[in-house]
Amino acid sequence: MSNRVGIEVSRAIAVAAKLARVDVVAAYPITPQTHIVEDIAELVANGELDASYVPVESEHSAMSACLGASAVGARAFTATAGQGLELMHEVLYVASAMQLPIVMSLANRALSSPLSIWGDHSDAMSMRDTGWIQLFAANGQEVLDNILCAFRIAEDRKVLLPTVVHLDGFHLTHVIEPISIPEPSEVDGFLPPFNYPLPLDPDKPVTMGAFAPPYIYPETKKAQQVNLLAAKPVILQSWKEFGDHFGRYYSPVESYRAEGAKVLLLTMGSYSETATLAIDSLRKDGKMVGALSLRLWRPFPFEEIRQAVKGADVLIVLDRAVSFGGPGGPVCSEIKAVLYDEARRPKIVGVVGGLGGRDISPSDFVSIINRGIEISQTGSEQEFEMFGVRE
Amino acid sequence: MIDTAGLIEVRWHGRGGQGAVTSTELVAQAAISEGKYAQAMPAFGAERRGAPVLAFLRIDSNKPVLVRSEIDEPDIVVVLDPGLLSVIDVTSGLKAGGILVVNTPRKPEEVVKEFKLSCSTATVDATRIARELLGVPIVNTSMIGALLKVVAVISLGSLEEPLKQRFGKLADKNIKAMNRAYEETIVKGVD
Repeated sequence: MSNRVGIEVSRAIAVAAKLARVDVVAAYPITPQTHIVEDIAELVANGELDASYVPVESEHSAMSACLGASAVGARAFTATAGQGLELMHEVLYVASAMQLPIVMSLANRALSSPLSIWGDHSDAMSMRDTGWIQLFAANGQEVLDNILCAFRIAEDRKVLLPTVVHLDGFHLTHVIEPISIPEPSEVDGFLPPFNYPLPLDPDKPVTMGAFAPPYIYPETKKAQQVNLLAAKPVILQSWKEFGDHFGRYYSPVESYRAEGAKVLLLTMGSYSETATLAIDSLRKDGKMVGALSLRLWRPFPFEEIRQAVKGADVLIVLDRAVSFGGPGGPVCSEIKAVLYDEARRPKIVGVVGGLGGRDISPSDFVSIINRGIEISQTGSEQEFEMFGVRE
Repeated sequence: MIDTAGLIEVRWHGRGGQGAVTSTELVAQAAISEGKYAQAMPAFGAERRGAPVLAFLRIDSNKPVLVRSEIDEPDIVVVLDPGLLSVIDVTSGLKAGGILVVNTPRKPEEVVKEFKLSCSTATVDATRIARELLGVPIVNTSMIGALLKVVAVISLGSLEEPLKQRFGKLADKNIKAMNRAYEETIVKGVD
């Protein structure tokens, strides 16, 4: 029996951490932090969650404390956002390379300057190559569900990699919406206790993350690449088992009215749901359009994307981050690379929008799709266009 | 009348500290507890006490709420501070057939006349009710009563649990204020 309640999505993450029976939460509780760690601190203080809450002095320390906790075999969780992620950046690489299955929620926010606490994917893209498993969520239920899945995936013996659940700042973190909260016993049935195979132990000392001269460093990186790709079957299996337990099934690429669609719009995160309203309205006008939502960002779902765009003539990719001076938004660049070798592939149009919390309404999505179709026919002088920007 | 079977969008205008955001949260929680779909969302800004603020509320009795953008074309506008009427165009984008709900001691006719409104308008002296029942001029829970008077999409009783959760021992007073405001709200349709 789950309990359907109206709850702020940030607070639902704290509930998810409690349901996951985390052992250690290390976090920096000041802006741009959300209610997540505030609520976790309260749960710990009230005795509702038997965990150590470590209020560190910076995000760099938060991730460092999680490293240590995870290495001794504790289930470690942290949450951050925007500038906070930037401050913990160098430690992110350490977590993945040392195979420490920390779980983190990232409230996706824009980066300074100018100062903005509003949402976009600039922070998410800055951690693209850190070796973490990365999931995006379209609504509050997906956030809670995928936090639980993240522990299951990260801690699988075949994986042992840190995992981040991305959720849009404000458009998810600050919204109250209906979320089904599973019973603790149901979660226990899905998520076994953490059993790290190589915990630090004073009686059996080992060295972790040691010095690597050129004769061994590339081998460690190859191992990471192989390991991250090998995580995918575990991710799929975890989602399947989650669905079997809770009735909600997830896949790497979600599609909406994509069957037979000639034009597809691809988004990530919470704008995916708003985009479906534009698809409905264009379908009413007889346009064969559909939408794709990319949930699994790392490891990248190569085969699923190739299958999903197979019948389309035009693929419009919305990025909420810019690669300044580059070929387009990071997502669009990757989609182009993934499809380049296909004998038949759609025309791919890159659009950047929703930066720094700028709304994209359903009618804006209609405009984006119509403009994308136009560019696919006439071409554009720019590598990508920025939607709705005043010039 | 507003169709309570479809998506209802409510934009709240208040000042920082008046509790507009809290109101949207409480109503959303009540709607969800009735098995409906709802979404409460603050206007994403740097909130300052006393500055004009917005909060958004969506309720759909039958379908999940998928749109996450701000509400530009509300069905209902709720104004916590009557002073805002002369500062900003609170009825901006109000749908045809939409309703304006204002906290003011004045009658709806007077407000319609002064601000040359063409929409249905409801008024309630929420400040007086709050002073009497809560001892402070915090009108957000009273204005929930006023909202439910103009759109019967959820029952007043469903608010009791969220109010208890939020206000603890002050909940009873807030429930009374909400119920009183519901009783005293006067609605005037378009001529």
